[in-house]
Amino acid sequence: MKEELFVSGRNIPNIDPYLNIWHWEIPIYLFLGGLAAGIMFFAGLFYVMGKEKEMVTTVKWAPFLAPVALVVGLFALFLDLKHQLFFWRLYTTIRIESPMSWGAWTLMLVTPLSLIWAATYVKEAIPGWNWRFSILKKLEAQIIKYRIHMAWVMMGLAVILGVYTGILLSAFNARPLWNTSILGPLFLVSGLSTGLAATMWMSKSHHERKVLSRIDMVLIVVELFLIIHLLMGMLAAGQAQVEAAQLFLGGEFTVTFWVFVIILGLTFPVTLEILELFGYKIPIWIPSLLILFGGLMFRMIMVEAGQITRFLY
Amino acid sequence: MRYAMAIDTKKCVGCGDCVVACQTENNVPIGYCRDWIVENVSGSYPNVEIELRSERCNHCDNAPCVRCCPTGASHIVEGGIVKVTHNECIGCGACIQSCPYDARYSHPDGYVDKCTFCDHRLAKGQSTACVEVCPTSCLYFGDLEDPNSDVSKALKNRSWKVLAPEAGTKPQLYFLT
Repeated sequence: MKEELFVSGRNIPNIDPYLNIWHWEIPIYLFLGGLAAGIMFFAGLFYVMGKEKEMVTTVKWAPFLAPVALVVGLFALFLDLKHQLFFWRLYTTIRIESPMSWGAWTLMLVTPLSLIWAATYVKEAIPGWNWRFSILKKLEAQIIKYRIHMAWVMMGLAVILGVYTGILLSAFNARPLWNTSILGPLFLVSGLSTGLAATMWMSKSHHERKVLSRIDMVLIVVELFLIIHLLMGMLAAGQAQVEAAQLFLGGEFTVTFWVFVIILGLTFPVTLEILELFGYKIPIWIPSLLILFGGLMFRMIMVEAGQITRFLY
Repeated sequence: MRYAMAIDTKKCVGCGDCVVACQTENNVPIGYCRDWIVENVSGSYPNVEIELRSERCNHCDNAPCVRCCPTGASHIVEGGIVKVTHNECIGCGACIQSCPYDARYSHPDGYVDKCTFCDHRLAKGQSTACVEVCPTSCLYFGDLEDPNSDVSKALKNRSWKVLAPEAGTKPQLYFLT
């Protein structure tokens, strides 16, 4: 006879439905954090490589987006807190064991840095810009001398920020879908790719777009591989993880995940980029928008799906 | 000192007195609770089994909620009790995500709240509110390091299990089976 298992379990209407404590704020932040990380990484990279003239959007103009993305992302994080007046407690302690703690500190460093980097290009962006106060003028002149150091630091911090968006989720033992360190590289690669997509969209130079879209293609392929690894790893693990992977392989999130993330967010834009290489004329905003949309959907789905996975007992 | 609790699943009748006692003792807001009853029915007719469990925070030895807390609001005090300092908690929800037992909830005032093993009562030499009221005496509380404590004696002669041992959190609620 077929074994049946009923779990009537617990039923606390005021608690159980709200254990999925994270809603739209977290994926929005993860998306914007990844986007800023991508923009800052490539700005730093091409500056260090001495391609400031050639990759002008990547180095100078796209980084104006980074502080905006970070500030909006941080605001979303703040909205997510339930005990908001105490948010400063994050900065009265450093807890190495808690990814959220060192993530908060990373953001504390990376946000001002992104702002300073953008500020050093304000003069070039807006001709006739005047800093008004002489101290600001002197400060700017000083900071510009250290751009190369800033570029290195920015690259490092961007990688930490990108990895952090994934590790934030993977730190949770109790959510089997998240509890895998592959989320770190996966979210980093996805973040870099969304950053490139935004930069490509802004760029007016054909050459720059070509360089960026080639890097982007590699990143998307790597991302697809990492997603396959994620699912393979889950399927090879314990029952709780197998059930987590099943959410994407026949379960509740199958259609959204495969249609919006894998097909529309990754495979389709990479195909368009390949066609572009072969000389087809494709408006750049189509692949860019799709990649950005795919990145956002990926984070929405991961956050949403992760919270319904749990240990079985 | 290592506080722990044993719950006799054969004696528990699922009356919910432990839940009400806790709500009253700890001023838990209406509609919320720090402990709860789980009723598991398994098998198929005619071989059906029922297991009743009075559950609460497991006060894990290797507590993931304490490790992931970004401010140190979640911490472990004397006797291995996991507690939350309300005015250090920012309500980020990390501990709620990290708990395999869903033992934490977001208090309407914003901070995260959970079972404290009634440490305010322990300080006065009393036992926890849930243990005191249980009409079938199916809850045993005490110090695991003391061989004469109620919990040590209960665990000595019975078979027991812990929940989700694969999570590796070293939980300290023992269910007598």
